[in-house]
Amino acid sequence: MPKDTGIGAAPKRREDVRFLTGTGQYSDDISLVNQASAVFARSNVANGVIKSIDTTAAAAMPGVLAIFTGEDFVEVGGNPAGWLINSRDGEPMKEPKRPVLAHGKVRHVGDAYAAVIAETVEQAKDAVEAIEADIEELPAVINMKDALAGSNYVHDEIETNQCFDWGWIEDNRAATDEAIKNAHHVTTLDLVNNRLVPNAMEPRCSMANYNAAMNEYTLYTTSQNPHLTRLLISAFVLGIPENKLTVIAPDVGGGFGSKIYHYGEEALVLAAAKKLKRPVKWTSDRTEAFLTDAHGRDHVTTIELAMDKEGNFLAFRTETMANVGAYLSNFSTATPTFLHGTLMAGNYTVPLVYVNVKAVFTNTAPVDAYRGAGRPEATYSIERVIDKAAREIGMDPIELRRKNFVKPDQYPFGSAAGLEYDSGNYDALMDKMEDVADLAGFDARRAASEAKGLLRGRGVNAYIEACGIAPSNLVGILGSRVGLYDASTVRVNATGNISVMVGAHSHGQGHETAFPQIVAELLGVDAASVDIVHGDTSKIPFGMGTYGSRSLAVCGSAIVRATEKIIVKAKKIAAHMLEITDSEVEFNDGVFSAVGTNKTVSFGDVALKAYIPHDFPIDAIEPGLEETAFYDPANFTYPSGAYCCEVEVDPETGKVTVERMTAVDDFGNIVNPMIVTGQVHGGLGQGIGQALLENTVYDETGQLLNASYMDYTMPRADDLPFYAVDHSQGTACTHNPLGVKGCGEAGAIGSPPTVVNAVIDALQSGGNNVTHIDMPVSPLNVWTAIQNA
Amino acid sequence: MDLSDNRTINANIQTVWASLLDPAILKECVPGCQEMTGTAETGFNAVVVQKVGPVKATFKGAVTLSDLNKPDSLTISGEGTGGPAGFAKGGAKVRLETQGKTTILHYEVQAKVGGKLAQLGSRIIDGFAKKMADQFFNNFQEAVGAVTPIVDTVSTEKGWLGRLIDRLLGR
Repeated sequence: MPKDTGIGAAPKRREDVRFLTGTGQYSDDISLVNQASAVFARSNVANGVIKSIDTTAAAAMPGVLAIFTGEDFVEVGGNPAGWLINSRDGEPMKEPKRPVLAHGKVRHVGDAYAAVIAETVEQAKDAVEAIEADIEELPAVINMKDALAGSNYVHDEIETNQCFDWGWIEDNRAATDEAIKNAHHVTTLDLVNNRLVPNAMEPRCSMANYNAAMNEYTLYTTSQNPHLTRLLISAFVLGIPENKLTVIAPDVGGGFGSKIYHYGEEALVLAAAKKLKRPVKWTSDRTEAFLTDAHGRDHVTTIELAMDKEGNFLAFRTETMANVGAYLSNFSTATPTFLHGTLMAGNYTVPLVYVNVKAVFTNTAPVDAYRGAGRPEATYSIERVIDKAAREIGMDPIELRRKNFVKPDQYPFGSAAGLEYDSGNYDALMDKMEDVADLAGFDARRAASEAKGLLRGRGVNAYIEACGIAPSNLVGILGSRVGLYDASTVRVNATGNISVMVGAHSHGQGHETAFPQIVAELLGVDAASVDIVHGDTSKIPFGMGTYGSRSLAVCGSAIVRATEKIIVKAKKIAAHMLEITDSEVEFNDGVFSAVGTNKTVSFGDVALKAYIPHDFPIDAIEPGLEETAFYDPANFTYPSGAYCCEVEVDPETGKVTVERMTAVDDFGNIVNPMIVTGQVHGGLGQGIGQALLENTVYDETGQLLNASYMDYTMPRADDLPFYAVDHSQGTACTHNPLGVKGCGEAGAIGSPPTVVNAVIDALQSGGNNVTHIDMPVSPLNVWTAIQNA
Repeated sequence: MDLSDNRTINANIQTVWASLLDPAILKECVPGCQEMTGTAETGFNAVVVQKVGPVKATFKGAVTLSDLNKPDSLTISGEGTGGPAGFAKGGAKVRLETQGKTTILHYEVQAKVGGKLAQLGSRIIDGFAKKMADQFFNNFQEAVGAVTPIVDTVSTEKGWLGRLIDRLLGR
């Protein structure tokens, strides 16, 4: 019998009432009296020298209040990378300055070199057109291979386009090479993990207000982590003291990673608000979003899998070029390294892994974490090469995976890529997937497709990922410049209702519904009496925000810890009220009772007493009922899954349709199964979008050729099947109090290789000797592969 | 994008050559041209107003002539910036060939766009570039044909057989 309240119940998302009735409040919905508008002048060329910027005519235009150029920000700091990566030779990575506005050079199409503040957005746009910028176009660096080989540099001062050359695990390099050299069979695959534009439904928006009387700033911005944004602005960029800067991220309409980072537009509106002593707002248009939101993926990889005669994995070795674009975005150096290389053992007992990643500067938009962030790249490489290997040695792809799975009795399992998996059962996931996906019925479905002249293929995949980023001590050793704990304050109000202030930020994850379920469960109160407060640095404790499927595992654990402190304090108060000692108090289902008696006080009575402490022993009990906890995880969490996809391919046109998609995931314990299912659905949509449709195309001069929805193909409802989603095979996480793992990115991690494996299977079934097609498996790419087979 | 085509112009090769160097004729032929100043030696300055998809912009740019091999071939290069709308660059390699009393003008056009124009995507841009090139050479064909009324002379000088052959060959 499913629960109807607390952990495991599936109440509908309370926030959806406002989202679905158009009453959500997003950054752009907030307007302040006397606000002005900012519009940016952006580079039309990918690489160019700024010879002069003449703003005279623009400044004289109607309504113009101020114009800023890169000159105005020479004295302030750059937007930093949050993670220091050292190259194999020990050299630290190259970190060229990322200024608020381009100065000296523009480095990608869309790079902002000036900003106009005017009374209205239309006036600002007109004035931007009147800015006369003499920018001499230079040859652009676009292709990563050329970038590494050539002497045309994105940043002249570092005299290279290589940010770092990272090896993981460097000590395993020689042994891995040796294993591959001596292996019975080696399967090699060259692949591209296609570059994606994040395409959050709500474009970025930032508005700053400056209170001159108090010398205080407020920034309203589309952020997944307001405290991190404030820290970056305060400590690195503008130097505004943290206690003079409030960052508010109200409702945020999707982020997928792209709203983790601090962007120059935020610093610009703050500086402009101070200069003009007026609120200044900037709202991105869709084209700006395409050009300047940090893109995702863009890896070019060669992977090798070495096996013995029986198909036991001996080693994985990869060489990857990872595009970081023109500037280092905040997590851009962590994504292709520690969020990617550490997962390169997959779900397998393979003893040796060696990963080499060269991060490359190019004259393109910055690239950073995007839903999955490194783990989709790892999973795609591993699961594609295993599929190819299975075909080469003539073994069933499921059997080959099962043969190499980590088995349930091996946990905790130290992977060859350096992580310690705490729990899992990959065979159980595969068993369940075979059942839910009805593998037994595949042959009949294939025959039916073939009768229609279509090829049918089945692809499977087993993934593992690392979520709940991350133990601060570990990431500190690995180069992170921030800690990755989270925080929560639970405030029980005098009348018994509860406000829970959290460091995580919901931009679609349903925190306002799921988090109260935890508190309700622990305190035995109605979840409806618990509200979540998030997104405002003046109200919440210092937490690190939402990304890497961390909110429940890290912030949820902080909520548990703070609530446990509440119970301890409440028991003291109850003991006082019941005239017994603390240890004689029992707390069950929201009622405090004296052990062995029928004397009780309710949670509400205790809450009221906490704030009306007329008879408190004040030396023993403080008034109030409010507790804060910071939670730093002991390890990542390791969700895993078994996926299956069936496609139909029209051999005449190359058109692929996804007919069935099954996702069986181990997310550990589940707080709200409906939200989890929704998260998986969203991830699958994005993963299938990457596999079938999406690609970001720069031409050789660095022009972004598909910067609109006419040319950038987003997945739509008719591109997607009804999904079969199952999360019944959870194995509880062993190191967080909820036993939860993380479900936000799984669908986007597990689905791309599943789809491509299915397409290859379909083509092979039709006698086409196609072993790989790079994503997107568009009709043209599939048709071309058929013709070349 | 690249495109190539040819036009038969009812004028002799010298006339066609001279017209290609004439700013007044170029102004008449460049679609949307508001101004065209300068000379063949120093290059021309042009102001062109065009609407590409949703983007309407005034392009200011320079047109230069190079590889002048009178009267057989030349390269016309243009580069225009439309402010925030982006920029367009293009060139046409033009080769002239006498055929009877007419001149065949062969052209190979290359066009490149940047900024907002590029972001419109190639479906719009390629169609637009082709339309612009077609319009330019159509206009040129008409303009040059009109200023030198050789057409009538040609036809009257030929006998019926010559005229028939011309017709059969589509001249």
